[in-house]
Amino acid sequence: MSKKSYRQAINEALRQEMRRDPNVIVLGEDVAGGHGASGETGGVGGVFGLTGGLYKEFGPTRVLDTPISESAIIGAASGAAVTGMRPVAEIMFVDFVGVCFDQIYNQAAKFRYMFGGKAKTPMVIRTAIGAGFRGGAQHSQTLHPLFTMVPGLKVVMPANPYDAKGLLISAIRDDDPVIFMESKVLYDMEGEVPDEAYRIAFGEANIVREGKDITFVAFGAMVPRALAVANTLAADGISVEVIDPRTTSPLDEDTILESVAKTGRLVVVDESPPRCGLAADIASLVADKGFRSLKAPIGKVTCPHTPVPFAPNLEDEYMPNPRRIEEAARAVLAYS
Amino acid sequence: MQLSRDDLKRAYRSMFTIRTFEERVVKEFAQGNIPGFAHVYLGQEASGVGVCFDLSNEDYIGSTHRGHGHCIAKGCDVHGMMLEIMGKQGGLCGGKGGSMHIADMSKGMLGANAIVGGSPPIAVGAALTQKLKKTGKVAVAFSGDGASNQGTTFEALNMAVVLKVPAIFIFENNGYGEHTAASYAVGGPSIAERARSFGMPAEVVDGSDFFAVREAMGRALERGRADEGPYALEIVCSRFTGHFVGDPQAYRLPEEVARARANDPLPRFRAGVTEAALLDHADLDAIEQEVLAEVEDAVSAGMAANRPDLSTLEKDVYVRY
Repeated sequence: MSKKSYRQAINEALRQEMRRDPNVIVLGEDVAGGHGASGETGGVGGVFGLTGGLYKEFGPTRVLDTPISESAIIGAASGAAVTGMRPVAEIMFVDFVGVCFDQIYNQAAKFRYMFGGKAKTPMVIRTAIGAGFRGGAQHSQTLHPLFTMVPGLKVVMPANPYDAKGLLISAIRDDDPVIFMESKVLYDMEGEVPDEAYRIAFGEANIVREGKDITFVAFGAMVPRALAVANTLAADGISVEVIDPRTTSPLDEDTILESVAKTGRLVVVDESPPRCGLAADIASLVADKGFRSLKAPIGKVTCPHTPVPFAPNLEDEYMPNPRRIEEAARAVLAYS
Repeated sequence: MQLSRDDLKRAYRSMFTIRTFEERVVKEFAQGNIPGFAHVYLGQEASGVGVCFDLSNEDYIGSTHRGHGHCIAKGCDVHGMMLEIMGKQGGLCGGKGGSMHIADMSKGMLGANAIVGGSPPIAVGAALTQKLKKTGKVAVAFSGDGASNQGTTFEALNMAVVLKVPAIFIFENNGYGEHTAASYAVGGPSIAERARSFGMPAEVVDGSDFFAVREAMGRALERGRADEGPYALEIVCSRFTGHFVGDPQAYRLPEEVARARANDPLPRFRAGVTEAALLDHADLDAIEQEVLAEVEDAVSAGMAANRPDLSTLEKDVYVRY
């Protein structure tokens, strides 16, 4: 066990799985970097450094730099997966899935069902998500609802370094296509991460903080934000339970429902627009199956129904921020 | 087409404005005055200016993530651009777009674009408008060597031929798609050859030579304005800096970067016009002084401007909703 960043945890998971299983390969844009250039080859390790050092250890047959061709990257990953490899494809920013979405949702996600259970597609798509990076409208989105609604995909949103490593190892060993969504703003977050390989099961929520007055459900980068607000409210004697589902598909419904049964109040914090997002999805779950537990209407803290703005003040207001989370919580608590 | 003294001055002003603006972006970025990230056009000035030189405000261009130079070459206001890049009120997109989304419809600038291969299909549509409305205008898609590997680009090249629209595909081959060399990532003999294989004329042009770019663009424009179909130029450029501002570029040897920087379109232009006695050094020096003052002014205005009003956050998602 030692302190590692979210970035290092992901890198370590990739390295350990590549050592363990020769079928695990990594492909994407600049995952090695520098091919054909005059200087160092393999020194880039991805634009955010997640695949750093892998090319040096595993070489060009297992760390494949691709052209900027997302459809071919994802199509090749699914074709390789369905024929015996375990590819980990990188889509640099989730925003870039626009050009390759067909290969994800019509191809990889559907092989198993369409082929009557006779195929498996063990592939991972690693991709960076989220605003707060001043990246503008086409480099800042958080598109987990888009993937969560597609049957056949599993969707993972690690919220800390420990989960990032354990969930990525599970993703690589999983026999279905997994979308592994890395929060850019968490890359430098540090935490205790075991040195050895370990798995965290999909569909098992993490109760980040126990409480009795109100439940917060948050995803990815929103988890530390929700936790910070929970700690603020604790100073006022309000006891908040914070739940991180870890995976949006499969979703750990039981942990959420049990928590709401205890607290009677729910606020969902989700970094995506309000319509058809995870906040609406969790609210619908609790309205369906936990209605009798509720003492107040469900609070939802989401982004507005807009693209991500560039200007820092607009972007900070766009994201669910501590002020908005606290206001939502106090409104739910004040309901009688 | 012979250029007048005023034309030559305009060309130099445009190239030097790009140079000065981008050098200033690098500086302001390092000082934390520009949020996010920025990709600069240093070294490619003659390409953008040569392509846009004979375009009107009614001709359209679509650009790339490395779009500041295209914006300036197409006539976008330098103040409005700097404010936009700094995320300030009064920016060309109200601070909502940023470096990678600068646009100005009144100048025929359909936006920088943060998606590689985003512009070619859009240019096909903009060209279709010109064809259907019989305007005699054209639409230009700027792309890099990296975008020449995107499926969207292939589809656009083919459809432009099929629909016979006045689209002009500019591939600025600066040798690198992000951190990977074109020599590795682009298969086949050349990007121009790819375009040709779809059935359009294509040329390879020296991107450090303003005159060569402008003349090649003249042939593309002649075909486009006569509604005879699309055209492609592969403009071979030098990328002076990294993929983004702050890229340490360990993948490039210092001598290679030095060679790229030696292939500088601005001194080349200056030497060409002064040796031919078309302009004096004093003419060019005067332009430089004016441009330096203008960019300085733009930076001061950007620093002084306020952030956009929070009330604008939810405005302009739709025309009406």
